[in-house]
Amino acid sequence: MGRTLFQKVWDDHVVRPAGPDGPAILFVDLHLVHEVTSPQAFDGLRLAGRAVRRPDRTLATVDHNVPTIGRDQGIADPLSKAQIEALERNAEEFGIPLFSIRSNRQGIVHIIGPELGVTQPGMTIVCGDSHTSTHGAFGALAFGIGTSEVEHVLATQTLTQAMPKTMRITVDGELGVGVGAKDIILGTIGQIGVAGAQGHVIEYAGPAIRGLSMEGRMTVCNMSIEGGGRAGMIAPDDTTFAWLEGRPGAPRDYAAAVERWRELPSDGDARFDTEVAVDAASLAPQVTWGTTPGMVAPITGRVPTPDDYDDPADRDGVRRALDYMGLRGGEAIEDIAVDTVFIGSCTNGRLPDLRAAAEVVRGRRVAEGLRAMVVPGSMQVKAEAEAEGLDAVFRDAGFEWRDAGCSMCLAMNDDILQPGERCASTSNRNFEGRQGKGGRTHLVSPPMAAAAAITGHLVDVRAFDPDAVEAEVG
Amino acid sequence: MDPFRQVEGVVTPLNRSDVDTDQIIPKQFLKRVERTGFGEFLFWDWRGEEGFPLDRPEYAGSPILVAGRNFGCGSSREHAPWALEDFGFRAVIASSFADIFRTNCTKIGMLPVQLPEADVQELIQAAEAEPGARAEVDLQAQVVRMPGGREVPFEIDPVIRERLLNGWDDIALTLAHEDEIAAYERERERQGPVTTPFA
Ligand code: SF4
Repeated sequence: MGRTLFQKVWDDHVVRPAGPDGPAILFVDLHLVHEVTSPQAFDGLRLAGRAVRRPDRTLATVDHNVPTIGRDQGIADPLSKAQIEALERNAEEFGIPLFSIRSNRQGIVHIIGPELGVTQPGMTIVCGDSHTSTHGAFGALAFGIGTSEVEHVLATQTLTQAMPKTMRITVDGELGVGVGAKDIILGTIGQIGVAGAQGHVIEYAGPAIRGLSMEGRMTVCNMSIEGGGRAGMIAPDDTTFAWLEGRPGAPRDYAAAVERWRELPSDGDARFDTEVAVDAASLAPQVTWGTTPGMVAPITGRVPTPDDYDDPADRDGVRRALDYMGLRGGEAIEDIAVDTVFIGSCTNGRLPDLRAAAEVVRGRRVAEGLRAMVVPGSMQVKAEAEAEGLDAVFRDAGFEWRDAGCSMCLAMNDDILQPGERCASTSNRNFEGRQGKGGRTHLVSPPMAAAAAITGHLVDVRAFDPDAVEAEVG
Repeated sequence: MDPFRQVEGVVTPLNRSDVDTDQIIPKQFLKRVERTGFGEFLFWDWRGEEGFPLDRPEYAGSPILVAGRNFGCGSSREHAPWALEDFGFRAVIASSFADIFRTNCTKIGMLPVQLPEADVQELIQAAEAEPGARAEVDLQAQVVRMPGGREVPFEIDPVIRERLLNGWDDIALTLAHEDEIAAYERERERQGPVTTPFA
C-alpha cells in the first residue's frame, strides 16, 4: 500500500522507532522560537547545564508581546519589556539567530518562516505555538508544542511522538466569487466541529485547494488546530516551488530540491484513517457568531438559537456563547453591528490578504466612530505593502497602519478590545476574552472585515462591492 | 518531574465543554518568565461568576478537576497545566482532550484521564449534588474510583504511564539515545535550511 504525504515525512525523520521501551523519536529540521513560550525552556537548559544542540536549525523572533506602534520610544510595559529582553539574552547566550524588535525581518513567527524560505516541503517544523500548522501548506509536517517540549527540542533537536491518525479533507468544486481560503477553513470547521480532527494530521486535497495561492493554503493550514487537528498539510506542487524559489533560505541547487520534493505527495493508493468531503461551491462568506471557531454561519444566514441543537452539551454551549456575545439568537448575521475591525494575524496578515482588503476599502471611508486597524504579519509584508501604496489606501480610509506583530489576535499588548466591544477580525480565535476581557469577536476573511469597516456592520462582500471581490486573490 | 501514582480527594466539577486554554489562563498572565505562580490566575475571567466552583469553599484543596469534552483546546500554552498544577490539581478528567494540552500535562506529571461521556457526567453530577464528594484516580491500576465506590477503567499509552509512574525526565530519556541522534545527523539529516546566516 502507498504512503501518505504525512507518512513519508514521518518516515524520513524517525531517529528511533517506537518500541516497548519508548515512543518514536523524530528529528526536527526547524525549530521556531518566540518570546512567550520559551523563557522557562531556556531556564530549564541552564538549570541542567545543557546547550542548544542545533542553533543552526533554530530561529527566533518576537511577535506576541511587541507593541505595533511607537517602537522607537521603547516598550512601555515593564513585563513585556522583560520578556522580550529575556529572549534577546537567551538568543545571545545560546547562539540562536533572532529577529528582534528593531529588525526589518521581525514578524509573526508563522509568517517569517515561509517568507525567508526556511519553511520547505518535507521538513519537520515545530514551535511553541499551536498555529505552527501554518507551515504545513508547503508539505511540511509542522505542529505546535508546549514549553517542556520546546526545552526537549532545544536540548536534543528531536521530539518524542505517538503516531497520529490521518484525515484527508477533500475540497471539491469551485469557489464562488468573493469566497476564499478563510471561508473554506471556517466552513470546514463548522462541518467537522472544533474537535473533529482530534488526534489526526490533516491533509487538505482537491481542486479547490490546488487552486489556492500559497498564502491561501497557509490560511487553511493555519486553522487546522481550530478543528482539533494535530497538523494540516498540503502536497507541494508547482505553486509551492514557484513561491519558494529565490527566497533567502531556499536551497542553492533548487532544481535538485524540487526533484526530491516531487516525491512527497501521497501515493494514489495511500489510505487515510478518516475521509471528509467539503463542497467549495456551496460556500458563502463565513462569519463566526459564537465563542468557538465551529460556531459559524454563512453571511446570508441567521444566528442559531439553543433550540436548534439536540445535544444538551451543545445547547448549554450555545446559550453561554449567545449570552457572552450579546446576541439573542435568530437575528440575521448581516444585522450585527461592529465597532472594531482588525486585519492581520498569522491567518490573514500576508500581502494578498492586505491587497484583498485594500480593494474593498479603496476610495471609501471607515464608518463613523468605528476603530479599524491593519497590522501586517511581518515587517517585510509591511514594506511590500507600502511599496504598492496599500498603506495610503488604508490610511486614507481611516484605518490605523501598524508595525508587525500578533497584536489584537490575542491582545497581549495594548491592542485590545474593551468589555462589550464587537470586532470583525481576520484572526483565528473567537474564544471568550481572546481579544480582551468581555470583547466579542466575529472571525471573517480580509475582504469581509474590510467591508464591515466601511458599513459598520457585518455585510456580504459579494453584494457590497462586486468589482472589488472580482479582483480578489486566493 | 514528580512521579504520579494515585491521587484521592475532593472532585471539582466544571460542567462546560470546549474549555480553551485562553480561559484556563488568559494572555495577560503569559508575560511572566517564571514557571510558577500561575495558580492565582487560573480561570481568571470566570472567577467571581455566581456559583463558580473554584470560588466555593467546599471544593478548596481539590486535586481532581472534571470537565466536559474537548478540554484544553486552543493555544499550546503550557501555562495552562502549570496554572492547574499550581492551583492544586493533579489530575483532570474529561471525555476528550485537545492533543497539545494532553501532552503538556503528561510532561509535567499531571494526569489527563479520558472517561466515557456518561461516566464524566455521573462524576460531575455527583460532585455538584454533593460538594465535597471524593474520588480516586489510580494510575497504577488504571481506574477511577467514583464517589459511590464504582471503579471505571481508563486507557493510557503504556509508555507515558511508565514515565509518569516513575517521574522520569523526558530529556534525559532521549539523551540516552544521543548516539542515534548523532548517527541520524551524520547519515540521514536532510540538507538545509541553515538559519544561522540570518543572525
Ligand atoms: S497571530 Fe495570533 S494565532 Fe498567530 S501566532 Fe500570533 S497570537 Fe498566535
